[in-house]
Amino acid sequence: MTTEFRGTERYIATPELMAAVNAAVVLSRPLLIKGEPGTGKTLLANEIARALEKPFFEWHIKSTTKALQGLYEYDAVSRLRDSQLGDLRVKDIRNYILKGNLWEAFDCDTQPVLLIDEIDKADIEFPNDLLRELDRMEFYVYETRETVRAKHRPIIVITSNNEKELPDAFLRRCFFHYIRFPDAATMTQIVDVHFPDLKRELLHEALTTFFKIRETPGLKKKPTTSELLDWIKLLVTEDIPPEVLRSDDPKKLIPPLYGALLKNEQDVHLFEQLVFLNRRNAR
Amino acid sequence: MLVKFFFLLRKNGVPVSITELLTLLEALRAGLGDVSAERFYYLARTCLVKDERFYDRYDRAFAAHFKGVEDLFAVLARQLPDDWLAKLTVRDFTDAEKAEIEALGGWDKLMETLKKRLEEQKERHQGGSKWIGTAGTSPFGAHGFNPEGVRIGQEDGRNRSAVKVWDRREFANLDDKVELGTRNIKIALRRLRKFARQGAPDELALADTIDATARSGGWLDIKMQAERRNVIKILLLLDIGGSMDDHVKTCEELFSAARSEFKHLEHYYFHNFVYEALWKDNRRRFSEHIGTAEVIRTYGPDYKLIFVGDATMSPYEITHAGGSVEHWNPEPGSVWLQRLINQYPKFAWINPQPQSRWRQTASIDMTREMLEGRMYPLTLAGLDQLIDELT
Repeated sequence: MTTEFRGTERYIATPELMAAVNAAVVLSRPLLIKGEPGTGKTLLANEIARALEKPFFEWHIKSTTKALQGLYEYDAVSRLRDSQLGDLRVKDIRNYILKGNLWEAFDCDTQPVLLIDEIDKADIEFPNDLLRELDRMEFYVYETRETVRAKHRPIIVITSNNEKELPDAFLRRCFFHYIRFPDAATMTQIVDVHFPDLKRELLHEALTTFFKIRETPGLKKKPTTSELLDWIKLLVTEDIPPEVLRSDDPKKLIPPLYGALLKNEQDVHLFEQLVFLNRRNAR
Repeated sequence: MLVKFFFLLRKNGVPVSITELLTLLEALRAGLGDVSAERFYYLARTCLVKDERFYDRYDRAFAAHFKGVEDLFAVLARQLPDDWLAKLTVRDFTDAEKAEIEALGGWDKLMETLKKRLEEQKERHQGGSKWIGTAGTSPFGAHGFNPEGVRIGQEDGRNRSAVKVWDRREFANLDDKVELGTRNIKIALRRLRKFARQGAPDELALADTIDATARSGGWLDIKMQAERRNVIKILLLLDIGGSMDDHVKTCEELFSAARSEFKHLEHYYFHNFVYEALWKDNRRRFSEHIGTAEVIRTYGPDYKLIFVGDATMSPYEITHAGGSVEHWNPEPGSVWLQRLINQYPKFAWINPQPQSRWRQTASIDMTREMLEGRMYPLTLAGLDQLIDELT
């Protein structure tokens, strides 16, 4: 078993990301990951678990998620129903305590990796409610009056899309890393990993087109890594030759299968206009 | 050494606390950051900086504090075994280049010179043709034009330049002093939300149900409640035309963000300053007016009043009857502004002009004074202050 994270065969990690992950692993502090959507924030935890061969738990946060739900839930309604039906299970409150993802991770026999995905989606108070749990890796179950302690401090990866500011007290307990949008060289590596036998030429043309689109000023949503990968997948399945991407054909203003890259019609319009203007100026 | 760095960070506006410094020291003791300055830079950033907005400030502080860090590199490099350096070249040079090296006296000689230079060199260097540094033609360093070039202080990835990462300042544009895009504004405005339960009860109120059931001796008594909704009310008055033309784009962004964030959002336009009439549709501004007094009557004091305008005009437009540039106003604008802020205790003014220029404009100063200083620049930091004021 390796102890140092260096990326995997499916996931290219930059040196700064490796440094952040390894610091979080060694000191077993939660690692907060931010970055543009589609830069592999969520994937990271999964890949850490794979690389270090550890069990993996995920907890996806929604706007209605409460911190307590990650620890446990007391299913009062079933207990009520059972009590009305005279079920004997009702005597023991333990039967109605449902373990949450955090509890599961604390209970794990080897050190697990826990992903808390999109923490910014939750209520503003949510991170504050998890302070003690993340710090001491323990929590108290009121219903049964017992304290649950982590058998091994899990490696916790938290992702955020910056929709809400996280409280300082919470940030202080985390390591932080911002995944920057990859440069052309890293992008080539990433695509290589996903499509090992892609033709050089096609890859080159696709990346050029991709970065050109990203640089278009005023786009509502810039295409990201995951969208590039989707697009290349489409190009490969449709068997599009690289020449098509080289935009010399005046009739084809925008790249084929652009739907994978540009996600709303204003952006498509804008891009068409810009390409059109460029052409006209070039003539 | 790190304590000084810690205080330098705080002075530069990076919010670091003692806990974080202790974490960094713990990490260093665990042997995480001693391989290279770059590793140390990343490790310290991971430990100390908790928001990408502060990356740029961190970079600047790091550059200032660790200015002599190249000496450290030299020390490290001097301790590097020859075969490590040799291994590096096998990866970095093509055969043709290797042949050229041979022509210049061979690898051993090159290494010999390198070591000598490292010993001679004591400070950071850029340009020039002898010393190890950046952008020169010396065989050592990076960004150079010598085929014999040897990269120093790099672990992997020769497509990266040897320019120090912190010198590149790639995060300059993430600082929160910059103007905003719609999404950022939306997120800033979202802090203004206030939730309350109003409307039809269509959700099961679990706690209430359990409580009521217990009270009725164990028989199910289901209680319902209304869904949580955002009930904040905003009255937005926007300056339009004239000197505001320069700021149309940012104001549009602010408006569209506010539009999608608040259900109870009312907006009216004015020109330069508020007088007795406002309008809803700028194309019909001369035909469809609504009296400012009527606006005050229509929307209760629970609305939060936000002005958006550059407040840049002749002072007469504020202080004198008949001062308006467009029409004859029977009462001065200042009277109307006073009436508005009397009605709405929660008010603020957003000014798209850069804050540095406020002092130079008399009308901005006057407006600010009337607003009791509640004028904020149209930046993320400004919006944050505004929201603190309004909540």
